[in-house]
Amino acid sequence: MHLMYFTEQPMSAYPEDEGRAFGATALMFSNRYFDPAAGSRLYNEYLEHYRLAEAVGFDGIMLNEHHNAPFCMQAKCNIFASILAATTKRVKIVLLGNPLPLAENPVRLAEELAMIDMVSRGRLVSGFVRGGGQEQLATGVNPAFNRERFEEAHELIVKAWTQPGPFRWEGTHYQHRVVNPWAVPLQKPHPRVWIPGVLSKETIVWAAKKRYPYIALSTAIEATKKIWELYDQVAAETGYAGGPEYRGYLQRCHVAETEEKAMENARQFMWMQGEFTGLAHPVWSTPSGYFSPSIRSAFVEYAVGRRSNPRGSAFEDQIKSQMIVAGTPKTVIPKLRRLLEETRPSILGFWAADGFVSSADTKTCIRLLGEEVLPALREIGKELGLWSPFEANAPVSMAFPEPAVPAHERAAAHHPTPLEVS
Amino acid sequence: MSTIAGSWVSETIPIAGVAVRVTRAGVGPPLLVLHHDIGTLERLPFYEALARRFTVLVPSHPGYDGSQRPDWMRNVRDVAAVYQWLLGEIAVTRDAGAVSVVGLGFGGWIAAEMATQAPRAFRRLVLVGAMGFKPDRGEIADQALVSYIDYVRLGFADQRAFDRLFGAEPTTSQLEHWDLNREMTFRIAWKPYMYNPTLPHLLGGVATPTVVVWGRDDRIVPLECGERFAKALPRARLEVVEGAGHFVEMDKPDELAQLVTDFVSQGEA
Repeated sequence: MHLMYFTEQPMSAYPEDEGRAFGATALMFSNRYFDPAAGSRLYNEYLEHYRLAEAVGFDGIMLNEHHNAPFCMQAKCNIFASILAATTKRVKIVLLGNPLPLAENPVRLAEELAMIDMVSRGRLVSGFVRGGGQEQLATGVNPAFNRERFEEAHELIVKAWTQPGPFRWEGTHYQHRVVNPWAVPLQKPHPRVWIPGVLSKETIVWAAKKRYPYIALSTAIEATKKIWELYDQVAAETGYAGGPEYRGYLQRCHVAETEEKAMENARQFMWMQGEFTGLAHPVWSTPSGYFSPSIRSAFVEYAVGRRSNPRGSAFEDQIKSQMIVAGTPKTVIPKLRRLLEETRPSILGFWAADGFVSSADTKTCIRLLGEEVLPALREIGKELGLWSPFEANAPVSMAFPEPAVPAHERAAAHHPTPLEVS
Repeated sequence: MSTIAGSWVSETIPIAGVAVRVTRAGVGPPLLVLHHDIGTLERLPFYEALARRFTVLVPSHPGYDGSQRPDWMRNVRDVAAVYQWLLGEIAVTRDAGAVSVVGLGFGGWIAAEMATQAPRAFRRLVLVGAMGFKPDRGEIADQALVSYIDYVRLGFADQRAFDRLFGAEPTTSQLEHWDLNREMTFRIAWKPYMYNPTLPHLLGGVATPTVVVWGRDDRIVPLECGERFAKALPRARLEVVEGAGHFVEMDKPDELAQLVTDFVSQGEA
């Protein structure tokens, strides 16, 4: 199993009543309510949490980014990835991910990611996303070409990583006279690419065709099973067998010393008023052209307030469906076992806290997860045969079907004396 | 060719790889009417009034209102070029000198681009609340930030006119149309949004007599854009319609139809 720690990096220090009065905490909710002093404190707390997660035994730290919204302070995941590349030693740095359509210059992204991969000595997992609906508006990028840009930018980045330059790129959305970034990744053929998602069938099919692991973001168990049905079907059609090494899951999971404390803190998962729950704005989160044409009627009705967010549901329902798991280590382990048994992922992210959960409670949660929950899950993983892409040495993609060469072997080949930093 | 209702007939004509749908009615000199970014209802009192005096042709912009989407299309000038091509394919419009063009809002922008492409071609040009100019002081309303219903309502001075045409609660099918049209608008006019910075420089050569019409209460495109259109076009004047918003043809159909009829008929043999 590959067990990751995740936080949305919530900016809880803003006047919530202002958000409620405005009716949305996204895109147009004024940044006059952003408090940089609190921001500075929180960014540093989050860094402390990441380092603690490495110390207590997590295998990876999962990072993401959002724009114009307090539910996520991280505006550029490559910034935190760069910091962690230098300040952690062992954990994988798992970006889930860079929103490709928002990039005006994918070659620049390829360079940044190559640098992170080298500085971290080959610990980068470079996931890619389409970006949320409102992110297109926040960055002025045309939502109608979101998927086309995603696919073309991906193709360009992988080519820049794997084919010696210079070459020329005359695409539909990107044109580059000279592609020849000096920095290329340490990992060969290239850093692993994982694709997170919530809803879009198109993305699941695309990931399966590429043989990229798909990371289901906090979907209900039954919905998750349907995702794997589709993924495995496309995998079989593509010529390989799907299975645990292609399956990831992000679980909202808060652990505390007592049930009461855990449940109280878990309610903070509902605080997130951004893209997927709460006060997400029905129009800004679903710009025309962004969502799948197959669900157009559902989204147009949502956009005018005739139905609730097709992606949202209430706290009690999410506890019942295990979209949120909360409790002491003793009570959450059987719930997580159920998740592993029923959906068989080998990559599991722990979204450990949100909203106003204090730094002290978050650290307690990370410590309890590391000391009690992760060891139990590793045993369950072995029992169920849930081997991660690293354990299975799975190929990086369809395009590169050979088993991947572990980065430490490559680094060792170039540097016979181990490079240790204190 | 199929009859949709009364004397209105609809046909599709292959242009640039897509089936362009044109609805027409009436007899008399040819009048091309270009609809808004929100698309158009198939029938409007405004169209009926014009059809009494003209051969009215109302194409659906490619990709709008369920017509075939040209995946390659990237800007409003492409639409203008498609319509230049279209006019050559229809017997009654083959002589461009006989054709007058009425452009409504977004369609006004297309009409202005057509005029710059063929500056001496058309008989008369009517631009109503046209997009295409970057306002100096105000802004063109951004539909990406408001719901389909709120955007369309924003274009009406008289909300009862909206209710009469679309119903107080438009159907889901209507919403889907507006969403498709919005998506197509994004595909061709996302950035810069709803204007072409080079258009003002090219209008000076347009020899076609033009009337620029603006609703006094246009909340989508500021009236200053009308003033600038009238100034940039050598043979243009500005008419402001009181009590109308951006959708002048739906707020004040009879008044606009009369204005168009009088202007286009001037100097007829």
